[in-house]
Amino acid sequence: MQNTTILDAVGNTPLLPIKTGGGASVFVKAEFLNPSGSVKDRAARAMILDGVRSGKLAGGKAILDATSGNTGIAYAMFGASMGIPVVLCLPANANKERKRILKAYGAEIVPTNPLESSDGALLKARELAAANPEKYFYPDQYNNDENWRAHYNGTALEIWEQTEHKITHFVAGMGTSGTFIGTSRRLKELNPNIKTVPMQPASPLHGLEGMRYQETVIPAGFYDKSLFDGQIDVTTEDSKRMTIELAKTQGLFVGISSGANVLAATRLAAMLPEDNVVVTILCDSGFRYLSDEMWD
Amino acid sequence: MAITIQLPTALRTFTDGLSEVSVEAATIDEALRQLTKNYADLKRHLFDDSDKLRSFVNVYLNDEDIRSQNGVGTALKQGDTVMLIPAIAGGR
Repeated sequence: MQNTTILDAVGNTPLLPIKTGGGASVFVKAEFLNPSGSVKDRAARAMILDGVRSGKLAGGKAILDATSGNTGIAYAMFGASMGIPVVLCLPANANKERKRILKAYGAEIVPTNPLESSDGALLKARELAAANPEKYFYPDQYNNDENWRAHYNGTALEIWEQTEHKITHFVAGMGTSGTFIGTSRRLKELNPNIKTVPMQPASPLHGLEGMRYQETVIPAGFYDKSLFDGQIDVTTEDSKRMTIELAKTQGLFVGISSGANVLAATRLAAMLPEDNVVVTILCDSGFRYLSDEMWD
Repeated sequence: MAITIQLPTALRTFTDGLSEVSVEAATIDEALRQLTKNYADLKRHLFDDSDKLRSFVNVYLNDEDIRSQNGVGTALKQGDTVMLIPAIAGGR
């Protein structure tokens, strides 16, 4: 019998072509096919395994972190599988699906002030971790190098191989920025000519769940603007239209931040020669947004 | 009547750092119009090109979503608190 766990099901996601109206080819990394349904499985797995390896996650400690949902769901899934309790500081405005999934995995939710968004959750997690060091293992996804390294050692190499080294541009939005930073850093080491372009919400007030308008939030410790080759701003309205189109015309039922990434990638591709190859990330599944009225 | 509007951190750069703003208004729509009149830079973040409230801006009146009430037409009374809440933006 194989001794496989859910931890082994993370990564090695397919790279799929998207039909576009011309210009460079666009490929999407189907990260929503990770076991918990989002790209965050990679970082959560890496941070938990590092905790176990270093001995910081031991002695009956619970995993504690701030999340807007997807990282929390990944922690909760791994925690349930490994018999480790999970406590998550989550802004009270996180959507219903996320809260229900977290409950299904048995995670404890500490709701934080919705007006303070991700920063409120981050500050609460820091406070709880500092007050109860004996009780919690606090991976701190915003300042844990295992977060971006999961993409440096995983996502980037997979994309490099799957494009047969032909990738010319990488585009992705940023929450903690771990996916963008880790993937971009490694791709540029593999080929310094590769351009890596962040997607950003067009307004600090937006509906791109999980994405952060970096100028108005506490930056992650590993946030690194030297990897930016420009920036593409997208609106929530246009991203939702693209999200619906992805389901209807490409068979990809994904979340709004994925729609935003594909929109940014196709806009960039339209300005590039046909032999260029643009890659972006499908961050999470559309099932995580079923309560949104956009589908009606 | 005087009501209080609470703003998310993301929008406080447009209100000189204020987390709460008082306005005189009888409905949610009036309150938001007054707010964006006082702080003009806020307008494009709350309203779209056809001057409708952006679909992802959640408005709560005393902790209850106005979608389950009368939308932007929901009436206000003295001392009400209106909260503007974006979809969650986080570390994912």
